[in-house]
Amino acid sequence: MIWETVRLALQAILRNALRSFLTVLGVVIGVAAVIAMVTIGQGSSDQVTASVESLGTNVLILRPGRAMMGPGVRDDAPEFRLADAEAMSTLSVVAAAAPVASSTLTAVYGNANATTLVTGTGASYLDVLNWPVVRGRSFADAEERSGAAVCLIGETVRQKLFGNTDPTGEAIRLKSVSCEVVGLLQAKGASTFGQDQDDTIIVPIRMLQRRVTGTTDVSSIRVALAPGVTTARGIREIEALMRERRRIGIGEDDDFSVTDMAEISSMLTGINNVLAGLLSAVAAVSLLVGGIGIMNIMLVSVTERTREIGIRLAVGAQARQVMMQFLIEAVVLSLIGGLIGILLGLALAYVAAQLMAIPFAPSLPVVLLAFIFSAFVGVVFGYFPARSAARLDPIEALRYQ
Amino acid sequence: MAAAGEPIIEFRGIRRTYGSGEAEVRALDGVDLTIRRGEFVAIMGPSGSGKSTAMNIIGFLDRPTTGTYLFEGKDVSALNRDQRALIRRHYLGFVFQGFNLLARTSALENVELPLIYKGLGRAERSALAAEALAKVGLQGREHHDPSELSGGQQQRVAIARALAGDPVVILADEPTGNLDTTRSREIMELLVRLNREDGITIVMVTHEEDMAAHAGRLVTFIDGRVASDRAMPAREAAQ
Ligand SMILES: Nc1ncnc2c1ncn2[C@@H]1O[C@H](COP(=O)(O)OP(=O)(O)OP(=O)(O)O)[C@@H](O)[C@H]1O
Ligand SMILES: [Mg+2]
Repeated sequence: MIWETVRLALQAILRNALRSFLTVLGVVIGVAAVIAMVTIGQGSSDQVTASVESLGTNVLILRPGRAMMGPGVRDDAPEFRLADAEAMSTLSVVAAAAPVASSTLTAVYGNANATTLVTGTGASYLDVLNWPVVRGRSFADAEERSGAAVCLIGETVRQKLFGNTDPTGEAIRLKSVSCEVVGLLQAKGASTFGQDQDDTIIVPIRMLQRRVTGTTDVSSIRVALAPGVTTARGIREIEALMRERRRIGIGEDDDFSVTDMAEISSMLTGINNVLAGLLSAVAAVSLLVGGIGIMNIMLVSVTERTREIGIRLAVGAQARQVMMQFLIEAVVLSLIGGLIGILLGLALAYVAAQLMAIPFAPSLPVVLLAFIFSAFVGVVFGYFPARSAARLDPIEALRYQ
Repeated sequence: MAAAGEPIIEFRGIRRTYGSGEAEVRALDGVDLTIRRGEFVAIMGPSGSGKSTAMNIIGFLDRPTTGTYLFEGKDVSALNRDQRALIRRHYLGFVFQGFNLLARTSALENVELPLIYKGLGRAERSALAAEALAKVGLQGREHHDPSELSGGQQQRVAIARALAGDPVVILADEPTGNLDTTRSREIMELLVRLNREDGITIVMVTHEEDMAAHAGRLVTFIDGRVASDRAMPAREAAQ
């Protein structure tokens, strides 16, 4: 009987295919929005988690200047020096401290060239970032100390300059410096902020300072804390050291900032959640509107089919059978809307994932939930029309024109 | 099941009023009427005399305001909606003036409709429906929509639908009202055959003497009362 009724409902729906489709559009949009939002949200939080892992756990970034100033704004705080990073790495709470200076340069190999971010740092930088060299080797101590003209390149730079051939042992030109490629970095993909992290060249910091920028400035220091050290304690000891080295008096503010990467990523996740929440609210409104659309069309359908209801009652249908027929029709209608919405939402999320370079992370529970929810919309908004169908008087229904 | 000739429908002082006070309309005003199993009863009378009202009560689509309705000897005056639906489902078949077929639904599916509510399976349903369609002379038209059938054919589909549920009584309110004389005669011959061959009790409202002449008994309503009730000699002669 129930399958009979479902078949009947499908027939009634298909008889008016276009109208049925327009009716369920609200549900389609609502469900598609929920599915797309949740899937994209999940993908980007997966991405955040992955990039936090790629930053290494317990990683801090020190920059000169007050934290309040925000990125890109400089005050007259002095730059760091190489000695600052060296001193920091002697602290027991620090596993590795890498000084970083950078400059955007054009690298040339034969006829090919690539304009990219050249980072001057040390081998410890790769430890801090958990970034392995997949071909060749990292810098030797002696090369770092002497500022030798050697470099490590990212996958994107390799593609631009060398294609798929082995770059190690080749010499590229950075400004006027001929620089030997000693290693190839593992491909990392886009960062949380959408930058291509593989579009990079790494050189010993002394080489960059001496032969490119001509200064001894260190623009930031990346620190990995020793295992078991809490972020709070690490920050405290590093701040104490830096205050001493930068001769900041008691009561004076720091003229440098310490940023905790985990904090940034949790902030990003928070933003993600707020956005997902907002869009879910929009989706909920759209589902409500969709539900009212279904109710409206079901009421119209009950009126249009008054005579049919009369005939069914005359041949012996009981009120609850008529009620079930219309209720199931509403549920089938909104389930169809839900299904289309799910497919559309997944498709949107897939496209968005491609564009945003984040993982496509469909979630089965969410899809099931959306499905159940659209059935629920059908029941809630189909109830009233179904009840009014079931309450029709057979004689009047038969006489209805 | 009652044997042939036993009373199947008994009205005792049936009254049906619409509205109240000044505006009260007595559609039926104390009707006593007994119809026996196997009879073919025609009901005639002027417009507004209460024929359809009586048919609706006989057919369990409506309830009397006062009075007693006995169906197969049991008092059914006070049955509720669902109980009345069950009696319609298992004992009755309806034929209406306006055919009342489901649009955009094949003849076969129209005839299957009562069988769905009888809880029959698909195969059994379509077999019975096809049989009923054959009985009314519509074999080969099973998959036609009502819009593809003539009025006479549509009414035959309606009769097949009434027939398919294996009813004890078929109620026909002006079944030939929308048909020309030839089509009307065909429908009447069909009803007579069902009455004679299958022993189905038939109660039919009509405005035409010619049609009433096919019945075995003629009941005339005037102003909500039975004005006359007599056996039809024409029918006896025809037999
Ligand atoms: N639902 C209703 N509400 C109010 N009055 C009604 C209703 N149904 C019928 N009546 C009245 O009851 C009386 C009997 O009506 P009924 O339909 O039984 O007549 P009828 O004999 O079938 O007439 P006709 O030959 O025109 O079909 C009429 O006066 C009619 O106006
Ligand atoms: Mg009438």
